[in-house]
Amino acid sequence: MVQFILFAPLFGALVAGFGHRFIGDKGAQILTTALLFWSAFLSWIVFLGLGSETQIIHLMDWVQSGSLSVDWSIRLDRLTAIMLVVVTSVSSLVHLYSMGYMAHDPQFEGESYRPRFFAYLSFFTFTMLMLVTSDNLLQMFFGWEGVGVASYLLIGFYYKKPSANAAAIKAFVVNRVGDFGFALGIFGLFYMTDSIRFDDVFAAAPALAETNLHFLWRDWNAANLLAFLLFVGAMGKSAQLILHTWLPDAMEGPTPVSALIHAATMVTAGVFLVCRMSPLMEYAPEATNFIVFLGATTAFFAATVGLVQNDIKRVIAYSTCSQLGYMFVAAGVGVYSVAMFHLFTHAFFKAMLFLGAGSVIHGMHHEQDMRNYGNLRKKLPITFWAMMIGTLAITGVGIPLTTIGFAGFLSKDAVIESAFAGTNGGYAFWMLVIAALFTSFYSWRLMFMTFYGKARGDKHTHEHAHESPLVMTIPLGVLALGAIFAGMIWYGSFFGKEEQVQKFFGIEAHASASHGEAADSHSDDHAKDDHAADDHSHDDAAHATEEAHAETMADPAHAPVAAAHHGEAPKGAIYMGADNHVLHDAHYVPKWVKVSPFVAMIIGFVTAFWFYIKNPSLPKRLAETFPLIYNFLLNKWYFDEIYDILFVKPAFAIGRFLWKRGDGNVIDGFLNGVAMGIVPWFTKQAGRAQTGYVFSYAFAMVLGIVALVTIMIIFSGGAH
Amino acid sequence: MNNLLSIITFLPLVAAVILALFLRGDDEAAARNAKYLALAATVATFLFSLLVITGFDPADTGFQFVEEGEWIMGLKYKMGVDGISVLFVMLTTFMMPLTIWASWGVTSRVKEYMIAFLLLETLMLGVFMALDLVLFYLFFEAGLIPMFLIIGIWGGKDRIYASFKFFLYTFLGSVLMLVAMIYMFIDAGTTDIPTLMAHKFGSEDFSLLGIQIVGGAQTLLFLAFFASFAVKMPMWPVHTWLPDAHVQAPTAGSVVLAAILLKMGGYGFLRFSLPMFPIGADVMACFVLWLSAIAIVYTSLVALVQEDMKKLIAYSSVAHMGYVTAGIFSLNQQGLDGAIFQMISHGFISGALFLCVGVIYDRMHTREISAYGGLVNRMPTYALIFMFFTMANVGLPGTSGFVGEFLTLVGMFKANTWVALVATSGVIFSAAYALYLYRRVVFGDLIKESLKSITEMNGREKAIFAPLIFMTLLLGVYPSLVTDIIGPSVEALLTNFHAAIPADAAEMAQTASH
Repeated sequence: MVQFILFAPLFGALVAGFGHRFIGDKGAQILTTALLFWSAFLSWIVFLGLGSETQIIHLMDWVQSGSLSVDWSIRLDRLTAIMLVVVTSVSSLVHLYSMGYMAHDPQFEGESYRPRFFAYLSFFTFTMLMLVTSDNLLQMFFGWEGVGVASYLLIGFYYKKPSANAAAIKAFVVNRVGDFGFALGIFGLFYMTDSIRFDDVFAAAPALAETNLHFLWRDWNAANLLAFLLFVGAMGKSAQLILHTWLPDAMEGPTPVSALIHAATMVTAGVFLVCRMSPLMEYAPEATNFIVFLGATTAFFAATVGLVQNDIKRVIAYSTCSQLGYMFVAAGVGVYSVAMFHLFTHAFFKAMLFLGAGSVIHGMHHEQDMRNYGNLRKKLPITFWAMMIGTLAITGVGIPLTTIGFAGFLSKDAVIESAFAGTNGGYAFWMLVIAALFTSFYSWRLMFMTFYGKARGDKHTHEHAHESPLVMTIPLGVLALGAIFAGMIWYGSFFGKEEQVQKFFGIEAHASASHGEAADSHSDDHAKDDHAADDHSHDDAAHATEEAHAETMADPAHAPVAAAHHGEAPKGAIYMGADNHVLHDAHYVPKWVKVSPFVAMIIGFVTAFWFYIKNPSLPKRLAETFPLIYNFLLNKWYFDEIYDILFVKPAFAIGRFLWKRGDGNVIDGFLNGVAMGIVPWFTKQAGRAQTGYVFSYAFAMVLGIVALVTIMIIFSGGAH
Repeated sequence: MNNLLSIITFLPLVAAVILALFLRGDDEAAARNAKYLALAATVATFLFSLLVITGFDPADTGFQFVEEGEWIMGLKYKMGVDGISVLFVMLTTFMMPLTIWASWGVTSRVKEYMIAFLLLETLMLGVFMALDLVLFYLFFEAGLIPMFLIIGIWGGKDRIYASFKFFLYTFLGSVLMLVAMIYMFIDAGTTDIPTLMAHKFGSEDFSLLGIQIVGGAQTLLFLAFFASFAVKMPMWPVHTWLPDAHVQAPTAGSVVLAAILLKMGGYGFLRFSLPMFPIGADVMACFVLWLSAIAIVYTSLVALVQEDMKKLIAYSSVAHMGYVTAGIFSLNQQGLDGAIFQMISHGFISGALFLCVGVIYDRMHTREISAYGGLVNRMPTYALIFMFFTMANVGLPGTSGFVGEFLTLVGMFKANTWVALVATSGVIFSAAYALYLYRRVVFGDLIKESLKSITEMNGREKAIFAPLIFMTLLLGVYPSLVTDIIGPSVEALLTNFHAAIPADAAEMAQTASH
């Protein structure tokens, strides 16, 4: 069954891509969409009927070299099942939606572009599924790069547009920067554990925490270093700060693509990676601290930029970036189930927001600037209500201190409570609360500017604004159900009582206790609560243990951890160390903490209401009063400009320098001077001869040399 | 058939002789006959070589299909293949028919052209099979001649400069190798390669002109061979002949150059440098690793700013060969497996990329990137194929380009994390230059007047790519096809290698006693 879920999209992609001449445009669309719906149906069956045992289905050998042995295989556990449901559900709805959205495109007059689009979408789905079902890091990397290519192809779908082509390359190359770290992490894990299968790596994780790895100029704690390197990959894919610049540009792609790839699925792969590697992350306190810090900062940063953007898709793109930051914070503090919870609900409401935005764009004849919208709720009633539900979900509307509310209310509050518990109300918590306020503001700003107020911009466009066809509104309706109910239904499974969560993720209840003894003996000074409470003492402790290890391990460079052979991987889809009580503590945070995101949401809503309904001239005056801040935010903190000066321009300049000076003057100059001084002479001679001459001339010369050499060898042989 | 290898090696030569002696006339019929004969000969060679690969026993790490006999003037004739060389033989016989078929459009001196390529095939196959030092040297050096002529006669505008640069670089590199070979013969008293592999060359340190030579004679011998192989690879900083040669060579010449000739250097390291001079190789390994790492970053950056398509791909080739040399001198299983895999895979991918350039060069007669743009509008199939090989070149998992890169990097990480770090950054640069090239040539709107009438690939052109696409995907999804064959031989090579290094041998003994 899982095989079918996995390969049906590939089959659809191949048939649509290569066989559309035989089955026609319509046939290609219907085939890919139908296969995806069937996959989604099966995924839900798998998800709802999943047992607690992890299943591994071997498909075929892949890379074999010495002790390195990697298979194509499927790992089926709770994490996989969650992702299967998310990916196939959203993908099938996006396929359906695209049948309407892509029906007419002025950019492709007289071309058969639709089968290509559907083939790409299905191909993306296949690679994404490969990523989430993989049983080892290398197959995951296959999916990881595969979704990168699909994303590249779809961002650049309008290949005539230079901006789309540039955005596509940017997405691919920036992701490659992340992959650079990911790849090094894989190499390191193989070096240390002699395997890159998940179970082997997980089994070796406790030993890794006590081993040093000599990397570059010094020894590092292996678990921390490798977890960090893997996270660099996650930063690229999930558009976290520093490597986030590609995501807003990726909005050049058609809107269904943004919904599927750049909101619901691909960009969450980084979060999935961190959750998947939880058995390693649990032993990498410094790396996870960094994840928390970066996630929180990204959540804040992206939310600030989202405040002032005018392109409807860019607002949602920054919102995605920000929400991914939330997920990383949850994963970083060690509550992986909550990270997955937010990933799960976010997929529904964010896909819906994007598809809603697509519906608006479709109805408004490809106008994306919100300054040209206004008062559209009568013209696009279904879209309006869908967007409204999405907004209520993302801003986190619900009844405080209960578990009744929209999906985002439950999952986001769970993240914030976990952040409070995990950092003792530190930096991450406050960043997330502020980001929640901003989220509420920009989301309502989007709603007000689009659907309320006076109609702005081109009159003609507004007159012809129309509601989208049924194939586009049905997916909105289905996603709306998810955005309303997904949180309430699965709250207990992801963020309920510990036993409930453990059961859901297939973790053996007593496993943590038995592990506890082993863990306690070595990790008193690593205890998560301790170091969270007091970073300094933790640092000292970590250094002390590192030094101790350096002494015990005489030659760490030549001693890969062979623990893979005497340890056993922890059971279950995620792993929480024995001293990780954050999930438990998150339920007992103070009341004011539980209410704070709600308050932030209210403040954001009221401000947006004040700015865009009550007093619409205020934003403009504010921007004029504080031009520095406004431009700083509008230009996205100038990341693109800085990167251009720091990386892009120098790369070309250095390339040119190495080519003209390095290759030209130095190498050719030097070697020509020494060895090639004769060339001009040769060429002059050859130039005199006719081309036909060269043949015999050269032939004679070379034959002569060969003969000479042969004689020399024979001669010297004889002399011996 | 106990002289199978000789049949394979000399079959193209026989065809070349037939062409030279019996084909008369300059008319179209003669040209057509020359093409068909050459194609038939290369296809037959490929079919014969299938007997080798099917009859090959990977578990046997010695030489197989060995032929031995007296040759003229007391020289020995000895041929054979092992797990390291057999796939290079296959690569050669596989690529040559495609190369010939890709030359269907040649109009000038067709007979001589085909003779040159057939001769080249014989010499290349000889290099990979020769088990006698003199024989190897003859094949190795003589291979220069046809390539020299292919560039010099059927090449572009600056073909004379490029062909002499090519010739002198590679030939001067070989002079040192020749000196080393003479020394080896004097020292070991034989030119038999398997015997030489077992021979221990002196490795006592001594000082020469006041310089302490660590590793003694072995280091000097290593360096002498290194001079030749490094130029062939080519390694930084002796790579500058390659872009010039590629730019001037006709399409088929570039394909052979990139797909097969470059592999001789890598093969040489595996056949000579590591097994014969292990101590010298061990002394120099770090140095070679660094040259390779520099090559990857340096040439990738240079590739980024190229204005000529062929030059760009040539620089990209140098970068990819950097993974090969770094993999080899990681001196571990993954590194060596990866290096051989990368060489095979690069044969398909770079060959295909040069063919891609050839397709549009045949139509527009320019390689300037700026002369193109928006080709996807009129050549969708071409765009698809070019995209596929661009991605393979970038090392996308699922294509063969990934496996080689991944394995060599794993090997490098074990050997030296700094080198691994620098080399891994190549994955970023390769994406940048490859996609940037693709964007400028294929994407965008078709606005250039000259391109408005460009035609889609014809059936022959598409058919040439089919086997290359097939192999690239097959080896990407199921690389065991290659690693199963090379694995045991590589393992044996490494076991012997580490046994020869005093420090490693001591460590091995220690672990064995545990």
